[in-house]
Amino acid sequence: MIGERRVRREDLRLLRGRGRYVDDIDLPGLAHMAVVRSTQPHALIRGIDTSAAATAPGVLGVYTAADLPEINRPWPVHLAHASLRKTVMRALPDEKVRYVGEPVAVVVAETRYQAEDACELVEVDYEPLPGAGHLRVAMELPVPIHDGIEDNVAAHVTQTTGDVDAALAKAPHVLRETFRINRGGGHSMEGRAVAARYDRAVGEFQVFDATQTPHQIRALIAHCYDLPEEKIRVVAPPDVGGGFGPKAGKYPEEIIVPWLAKLLDRPVKFIEDRYEHFVSCTQEHLQEHEVEVAYDDDGRLLGLKDVFHQDTGAYAPSLIVPLIAGTTVPGPYKIPNLHIEFYSIFTNKVPSSAVRGAGRPQGVYVMERVMDRIADDLGLDPADVRARNLIQEHEFPYPVGLTFRDGSPLTYDSGNYPGLLQKGLDKIDYAHQRELQAKRRAEGALRGIGVSVAVEGVGLGPFEGATVRMESSGRITAIMGAPPQGQGFETTYAQIVSDAFGVDADLVDVVTGDTGAIAYGVGTFASRVMATAGPAMTTAAREVKEKLFQSVAAVLEVAPEDLEIRGSDENTEIGVRGTQVGMPLAQAARMSNVGSPGVTMRAGTVPGLTATSYFNPSSAGYSSSVQIIVVEVDQGTGEVEIVEWVVGHDCGKVINPLLVEGQVLGGIAHGLSNALYEESLYSDDGVPLTTSFLDYPIPSAREFPTIGLYDQETPSPLNPLGVKGAGEAGTLGVPAVIVSAVEDALRPLGVRIATCPLSPGRIGDLIAEAPGR
Amino acid sequence: MSELSIQHSTRNAADERQRGGSVTHTVKLTVNGVEREVAVEPRMLLADTLRQQCGLTGTHIGCEQGVCGACTVLVDGLPARSCLLFTVAVAGREIETVESLENPDGSLNSLQQSFQDHHGLQCGFCTAGILMSLTALFREEPSPDETTVRDQVQGHLCRCTGYQQLVEAAMAESGRNAQVTR
Repeated sequence: MIGERRVRREDLRLLRGRGRYVDDIDLPGLAHMAVVRSTQPHALIRGIDTSAAATAPGVLGVYTAADLPEINRPWPVHLAHASLRKTVMRALPDEKVRYVGEPVAVVVAETRYQAEDACELVEVDYEPLPGAGHLRVAMELPVPIHDGIEDNVAAHVTQTTGDVDAALAKAPHVLRETFRINRGGGHSMEGRAVAARYDRAVGEFQVFDATQTPHQIRALIAHCYDLPEEKIRVVAPPDVGGGFGPKAGKYPEEIIVPWLAKLLDRPVKFIEDRYEHFVSCTQEHLQEHEVEVAYDDDGRLLGLKDVFHQDTGAYAPSLIVPLIAGTTVPGPYKIPNLHIEFYSIFTNKVPSSAVRGAGRPQGVYVMERVMDRIADDLGLDPADVRARNLIQEHEFPYPVGLTFRDGSPLTYDSGNYPGLLQKGLDKIDYAHQRELQAKRRAEGALRGIGVSVAVEGVGLGPFEGATVRMESSGRITAIMGAPPQGQGFETTYAQIVSDAFGVDADLVDVVTGDTGAIAYGVGTFASRVMATAGPAMTTAAREVKEKLFQSVAAVLEVAPEDLEIRGSDENTEIGVRGTQVGMPLAQAARMSNVGSPGVTMRAGTVPGLTATSYFNPSSAGYSSSVQIIVVEVDQGTGEVEIVEWVVGHDCGKVINPLLVEGQVLGGIAHGLSNALYEESLYSDDGVPLTTSFLDYPIPSAREFPTIGLYDQETPSPLNPLGVKGAGEAGTLGVPAVIVSAVEDALRPLGVRIATCPLSPGRIGDLIAEAPGR
Repeated sequence: MSELSIQHSTRNAADERQRGGSVTHTVKLTVNGVEREVAVEPRMLLADTLRQQCGLTGTHIGCEQGVCGACTVLVDGLPARSCLLFTVAVAGREIETVESLENPDGSLNSLQQSFQDHHGLQCGFCTAGILMSLTALFREEPSPDETTVRDQVQGHLCRCTGYQQLVEAAMAESGRNAQVTR
């Protein structure tokens, strides 16, 4: 049932080592593909010599762009935007490479070991070009990264509401500062993975892909192969080892592997290793925000202008990340005049994509830096400045005045930001924490308290669908297009169907991520699935129940309203209320699904207990979160110790609190890693410097504190379930709250922070260069 | 002992050399209580042997750099990274993988049950390694405190959970064991 704290059925296989990830799928006759990747950030390909590799032990074939012209056509833009300049992206680049890690050739061999051996024998003749590992370098680069785009600007977008310049001109206080924030990769523990076979008998490609978006991959394969989509079946297996955004991208290997399975007439598999994840799986790169803010003597915002530059890497399949970052900046605050402008810049780095948060953490970070600056300038408490500017509970729906990345007006559907903030302040006992801070400061400790409030666009369109059917056994199969990567869809969607149908969730089997099982789907990203697939599932389940009741009512000669579902498990039946009369589920199902061959069905009975429903929300919804943290900074080592941390979250109606807590905690962990540990670094000319977990640390259980969660439920009016989204909620406010707290800790030294992440080294530098030291 | 159980397969080696390939060895090892004999190249990693030759795909490979801990198995009872061990180096040793943990009737053992109850896993990819490390800990120390638990799993990266719920799961197991001992 909805709202039940239900443990996951997925765990029964996962805990026993019986998960089914792509690399676990046993395809008889399997061959293995490895990829020869560019060692150059930016270079012309003069020639590729594959002769030595082709004769190496176990090798079945070596392929370059020249060998696969039939599938190497330019890709359609992932998500077009009027301002996004056109570039050509294809599975294998034909004349030049634009980042270290870009595929230039592939080898297929009997074993992965042999395929990798042979990759070493492929000789690529490069003519190096000047490369850019930083957006500022790219803006001055003498050679364009893409033909015809001399300034390396992928897009320039401006959005305004009100008159910011006028507000800045007459405001009593104006802040001007540049804030920088870098992120990194998704680093799902399972890398990208694709295995495929070609069935000659029916002319169908079967593709097993650890993707977040199987239907989109099907479309891209169909485009590249010039085949109808129905000849391609893409299955994201029930178990995908994390996604976090990058697996919603589209990659050359997903196009090449199935084609080679056809050419070689053998199943072929590609498994990305960790090094490849660093250099070939999309990431989020640097953003530099130049901000001007107008505010009054009480700390109330009058206007905000943010002009930012975003590093999009070597290709820009969309503007998702900068569009979201810019529109996340205003957050939960009332700002009458806004000007949001960005330049997306090509560099010679692995292309950028959404990583859990997708630009939102950057937007929150910028706004919360502003809040702390205002508090500091006016001598006000940072929590108080935030509270003064919050949109109030009675002001929903609240139009911000901008357009969100989903194309609809940035209008917050529902929420209670003051309530969520106050709950957090009470939970951590904020006033008491300030007293403790003063005490610790008197003892010489560098203790700080940080606060962040965030609003998160979730439940993005266009749609998601569900097919529900009652099998002749009486069990229910519920099919959805979007695949899980650990979120527990099999459990939560069974709860939704159970609720809509009135049967025990154990009677419901959930099928996910198979283009052969449901015609259309969009995918799992942007905290969007519950708000789209959830309502679709409910509607489909109710429709099947109606058909079932109508049929049983006709046979039992009662009205459908007189029927109820009662009993449990195999004894579940449809009974006439207040009587002993009933019909077992399986019998009822057989009546509609099987009948008697050649015999007319009884009048009033409905054939086929199945229904498909698609749900398209009228716009994105908006979740919200509050984070309050207490930290101490070690003056000697720059290490940040987390003393206390509370996080409150409002994602509308909660289907399964246990799993939502898991999502929020996991999101927080990703945010903490972004704020204090991981950072993807490149040399100025584009050579990646962090390509293993040894120089790109991700924290372990020892670095993570215990977090105090609290919640608030403000249902969304945008869908019948009242749900929003929870997948990215935890991540959003973390870089903001950590920087806020560390700056507060270092306040006695006069340190101001305008950059994130904060490695111990960087904090050490801040302390060493502190004015008040 | 380990040298004894490596049998150099000369015929195989000669064939392989002729084809430009490498030598294979026949290695005996015990996996989850069953004695097995596998033919491997010297460079074959234990993780690959377990997954490909023994059909035990519950052990996952997350980084091949010895950092993430996903591939952790027990070798003679001690946690080891199977992505850093050559199969020939564990000849004659006893290997335990996640597939050995469940009860004989296929139900979850109490640590596994605790993980399900506390939502100690999400995508499940890192879980096998964590379970193996904790299994080794609980044999040694049935009711460890939270610091010990966190220390024991600090060699494992999990990107999904933030560790809180899996530490809660381990602490619940610890608490149960403490009651039993008392």
